[in-house]
Amino acid sequence: MSDRWILSSSPHLHSGHSTTRIMGDVLIALIPAVIASFVLFGWRALVVETVCVASCMAAEYLSCRVMKKPNSTGDLSCMVTGLLLAMNLPVSIPLWQAVFGCVTSIVVAKMMFGGLGQNFVNPALVGRIVLTGSFPGDMNTWTHPFAWLGRAADGVSSATPLAMLKNGEIVAERYSIWDLLLGNRTGSLGETCALALILGGAYLLVRRVISPAIPLCFIGTVGVLALLCGENPVYHLLGGGLMIGAFFMATDYVTSPITTSGKILYAVGCGALTMLIRLGGSLPEGVSFAIVIMNITVPLIERITKPRPFGAERRVRR
Amino acid sequence: MPFPGFLFDGVRTPHRKHTAQAETVVMPPPAAVILPMVQHIGAPCIPTVAVGDTVDVGQVVGDSEQAVSTPVHSSVSGTVTALRDVELPGGRTVQAVVIQSDGEQRVHPGIAPPHVETKEEFLRAVRASGLVGLGGAGFPTHIKLNPPDPGRIDTLLINASECEPYLTADYRECMENPQDVLAGVRTVMTFLPVRQVILATKKDHPELLRVLGDIAAELTTPACRATAKALPARYPQGAEKVLISSCTGRRVPPGRLPADVGCVVMNVTTAAALAQYLRTGMPLISRRITLDGSAVAHPQNIRVLIGTPIRDVIAFAGGTKAPIRKLLMGGPMMGLAQQDDSLPILKQNNGILALAEQDVPSHPEEHCIRCGQCIRVCPMHLMPTALMDAYAARNADALQNLHAMVCMECGCCSYTCPAHRPLTQSIRLAKGFLRRQTSQQEVKRP
Repeated sequence: MSDRWILSSSPHLHSGHSTTRIMGDVLIALIPAVIASFVLFGWRALVVETVCVASCMAAEYLSCRVMKKPNSTGDLSCMVTGLLLAMNLPVSIPLWQAVFGCVTSIVVAKMMFGGLGQNFVNPALVGRIVLTGSFPGDMNTWTHPFAWLGRAADGVSSATPLAMLKNGEIVAERYSIWDLLLGNRTGSLGETCALALILGGAYLLVRRVISPAIPLCFIGTVGVLALLCGENPVYHLLGGGLMIGAFFMATDYVTSPITTSGKILYAVGCGALTMLIRLGGSLPEGVSFAIVIMNITVPLIERITKPRPFGAERRVRR
Repeated sequence: MPFPGFLFDGVRTPHRKHTAQAETVVMPPPAAVILPMVQHIGAPCIPTVAVGDTVDVGQVVGDSEQAVSTPVHSSVSGTVTALRDVELPGGRTVQAVVIQSDGEQRVHPGIAPPHVETKEEFLRAVRASGLVGLGGAGFPTHIKLNPPDPGRIDTLLINASECEPYLTADYRECMENPQDVLAGVRTVMTFLPVRQVILATKKDHPELLRVLGDIAAELTTPACRATAKALPARYPQGAEKVLISSCTGRRVPPGRLPADVGCVVMNVTTAAALAQYLRTGMPLISRRITLDGSAVAHPQNIRVLIGTPIRDVIAFAGGTKAPIRKLLMGGPMMGLAQQDDSLPILKQNNGILALAEQDVPSHPEEHCIRCGQCIRVCPMHLMPTALMDAYAARNADALQNLHAMVCMECGCCSYTCPAHRPLTQSIRLAKGFLRRQTSQQEVKRP
């Protein structure tokens, strides 16, 4: 009889947390942004999002088959990558290019490094950067919101607020703060409606999926640096990809530091690099490059932000 | 801490204190008791009886010359039938005295209240009582109450937090026996003068806090302030270092003892048992345990004789209602899984849990997604996921650097890990690995 009893080492209780639930929470947090993308950019927004999610799942499933690993699509992380990448694309992106970006994200940035937990840069951002580099024309064709309803008078393409800033145009002539908050501006699918992203970010904070350290420090650094450089911080906070970057991309567990002090250092670095690229570089937007560069510094950050054990007075050195 | 409830403060485990309102039931003597010679931290006892001897209740059956040890007493009257090896819950094999009960429970003639006036007499009496920490650790009480530098001790902490799910043995002690708790703490205060006494439990037991508050009010003297302290409703608030920090703000450094920050921590049931011994002279031969778990038909608190086999306790309580899949000695967070229900109840056992299938889920281990949850909950401020990786690589230097030995194996990291990684279990192995490494180096050196 006693042979049937399970012998295991304590603890014998589990909280019920799971990777699938965490990824599911991220997907739920993205729902407001998905709705906003549909309202602003129409049916094609949903088509792009569906294509991205489906191709990421297919890419992960096929990678697992080829690598003879157990199918890992069930943890939902590939759906998160697909949806986040879609959020970073313009609505007019040719679908084959979107699929190309997704396959790059999953196969090159994630599965080739060993799958979830092993990648050192954010897969969705790699996809975006590869697409921007490969198809700069299509990736910089911005459709005006509500063009799908025929409401926008001035046609298909127009500059994003950050591009206007870069060109020395006066943004306020065109966009009010409400336009920026509600997303009534050009930009990629998921980045324009700041309110929807903040709502999703708040959901992640309440569910304790993410800690406030990264979004607060990232957004705070950008705001403070904009002020110091004599720029209008509102356009820098709401006019580009900062909200989606700070709440959804920089907070990716796998590619951000694991301790709170490390998170703070990393987020400040993200904010500083973003402003350096926006103000000093030739690109109007720098969020994705800033995050990817800081992703690479994470192992270094972790070396200097090891927590001190309980009761130890000073950092114990070898 | 920057974010209350967010960093370094353990986990919120389910309570499952089904037996909190269950009045303690006294179990009659079993057919035989098994008394292992190690039921404490320290040197094993040597049997003082031989096969065939007749023994009485309260008679010493094992003792040791060593300082850190504590005697074992017979819990029944009857005949010694065997001296045999048993495997303790932790896997250690020790000698045990098996006594066939004659059912008479004849009390040993030597049992009389001890004469206690000086501190030496007090400590001798505590040793003779066979008392160990009844909360689970099993540290000999006479050692704990005799700190090397008593002048430095200014705080006595009485631990009633019982933070493991299911267990209610300490809770019932306070509710049923507040007078003994009061008398026990008062005696300790007499021989170990302190400036403050803190009786601590979790804030989600308001009725227990009231009882402790009443006790504290009676204990307070001009020289010593006694208070009841409500701890956060989190696990592991009852862990010694965490308790001291929550109650006094003092932090015991790694590798040091509570006495180094001027504290003595005592389990509430231990204090009550001390009072009972001083009043009656009957050493520690029985204790209250919580019997619970999804396989148990009638969960309850039972006063059992030390040495009673687990299977007799379960049978007495009405058996099982579902097949047992896992049998635990202690709580679900730190308890030890057993495969033999003929093992006896030990002095430091506060609970027996028999879990049915639904409470023994198995989940495959996944990759770490670096969510940092294990670091956020670690009360010792360690990095469990990094420790697990360092152990997987058998990297002793990295394990030392990550302070593996500081881990108290509370289980919070494994409990919370969304990838179901066996973090606590790995760190436990890592500590053993480091101990072996160190002892090998010592062998090489001379």
